[in-house]
Amino acid sequence: MKTFVYIDHFKGEAQPASWEALGLAKSFGAATALIFGSGVDEVVKSAFEYGADEVLLAEDAALLDYRAETYASTLSALASSLNPDLILFPTTTRTREFAAMAAVDLNSNVITDATAVEVSGDASSSLSILVTRPIYEAKLFEKVTASGKPQLITLRGRAFPKPEQQEGKTGTVTKVDAKTEALTSVEGYSVAEVGVSLNDAGIIVSGGRGVSNNPSLQPPAGLDDKQAEIWKAQQGFKLVGELASVLGGAVGASRAAVDAGYIPYSNQVGQTGKVVAPDLYIAAGISGAIQHLAGIRSAKMVVAINKDADAPIFKVARYGVVGDLFVIVPALTEAFKKKLGK
Amino acid sequence: LKIIACIKQVPDSEAKVRAEGGKVSWGDAPLVINPFDEYAVEGALQQKEATGGTVTALCIGPESAKEALKHALAMGVDDAILVSDPALSNIDSVGAARILAAAIQKIGGVEMVVFGRQTLDNGSGLTPTQTARVLGWPMLGLAGQIKVNAAAGSVQVERVIEEGRQIVKAKLPAVVSVVQSIGEPRYPSFMGIRKASKAEIPVWSLSDVGASAPAPLVTRTELMNPPSRESRVEIITGESPAEIAEKLADKILAEKVL
Repeated sequence: MKTFVYIDHFKGEAQPASWEALGLAKSFGAATALIFGSGVDEVVKSAFEYGADEVLLAEDAALLDYRAETYASTLSALASSLNPDLILFPTTTRTREFAAMAAVDLNSNVITDATAVEVSGDASSSLSILVTRPIYEAKLFEKVTASGKPQLITLRGRAFPKPEQQEGKTGTVTKVDAKTEALTSVEGYSVAEVGVSLNDAGIIVSGGRGVSNNPSLQPPAGLDDKQAEIWKAQQGFKLVGELASVLGGAVGASRAAVDAGYIPYSNQVGQTGKVVAPDLYIAAGISGAIQHLAGIRSAKMVVAINKDADAPIFKVARYGVVGDLFVIVPALTEAFKKKLGK
Repeated sequence: LKIIACIKQVPDSEAKVRAEGGKVSWGDAPLVINPFDEYAVEGALQQKEATGGTVTALCIGPESAKEALKHALAMGVDDAILVSDPALSNIDSVGAARILAAAIQKIGGVEMVVFGRQTLDNGSGLTPTQTARVLGWPMLGLAGQIKVNAAAGSVQVERVIEEGRQIVKAKLPAVVSVVQSIGEPRYPSFMGIRKASKAEIPVWSLSDVGASAPAPLVTRTELMNPPSRESRVEIITGESPAEIAEKLADKILAEKVL
């Protein structure tokens, strides 16, 4: 089987989930890494170290900024001439887009957010690839198979193990054509302070509606009721953020907390937010609505802190504390500071 | 500006969705406009307000999907079109993109097509981009903000990506998908609801849009409920918060998840 792996990067910085895709490809045999862009030497170097047997490099100043149409055309031209059976991608905002376009060119389709990929047969006889993926916000899973060639599959972050990095491993880089005809122009960037993204996070500490209920806080004078509530919630999220920071994790939130205006929706877990797969998920003041529980189903371990002992979140938790998050969360931050030597 | 807002009808996100006999069941939960598509309607209406013009809501679905279109009408879109055909019950995203593109061509003179970022059911988020590719129009995906320069015939958006925001510009006509920072969807007005309840929504068949039934390129072989988590929670107690925190931290460290 001929497997290509697209290595996603932003301005030369690789998305770590790309290495997970490379690891999966290697489990099927040889893996060819595809790298598009300009000034991507570090990405090429890392691709070999994470297991790529060869690199196909489309390097062109016109590919410096990601644009869906140039990346899609480059990919579909490459796939048409080299005829791979399978192209794997990490799931990112970019790959979801340009893989989708390339699929139209190749008369194939993309299977997104794969959590398992089963390959049977081989290219010469009857190759069959079955992909498991979540649907309905991870309330259900489906197994699907695609009829086109190549098959295009984007992998859910952290669903596949990251391979060991082999320092100094190198290989052959082959230049391939960049397709630079574009319909859009990139005018600039404003790069936010995003911290650890929820998708890549190994640890997430989340706050719910309960973060605004600290009775011992006195909001500054001059705020109306809603402003005072948001001010209190922000103090609550500070505690959540301090725990996340000591653990090197990301801050999440329930839909209720987002809807109430406590924190931006980019932090939302579950429902119209994100499905996450951390090793550790600490839920503070989150009762556990059905969508939230679906969104955290792939978390390896859930710890719940809630004053309501009947909160549904305890049903999916490994450890729980029935108590006041405003007391427990800072105490937990202190305990970890001490134990982790921070 | 002649704008199309593409929407879909999905089971309400509060629904307990289950796999039953190989089929998706959502019990008696209502079918609603896909929540992300409410943002598409909102984004389209904002552009209409800024530059004048019309917004048409476009949907592929069964007869029941007229209810989702009525929600868009009640929010303020000018008219609505349902593309409905028994042959479309099993299409994938590429198929949907081809049908939507054909309908958009049939409507004619369209300058901007607005989508939500993804649907709650399949969740792949592929259709907006694939529609742009079929049309041969620029794709401005995941827009948190849209600025149309009608005189110059161009549109600029701020794309919300993992690393922050990317500002991208293109000539009209263009396809845009929006994220929540476009602004909270407006509530249907009383007048809007009255108008929607009286609206006669045209239904186009495959032959009306001049397309043939697309063969699905992706087929489902199995539908599964997620493995249920056993409830084996261990409640940590102690004399003081510090003691509880101490015990909990030790338990977490022992699980080697850090």
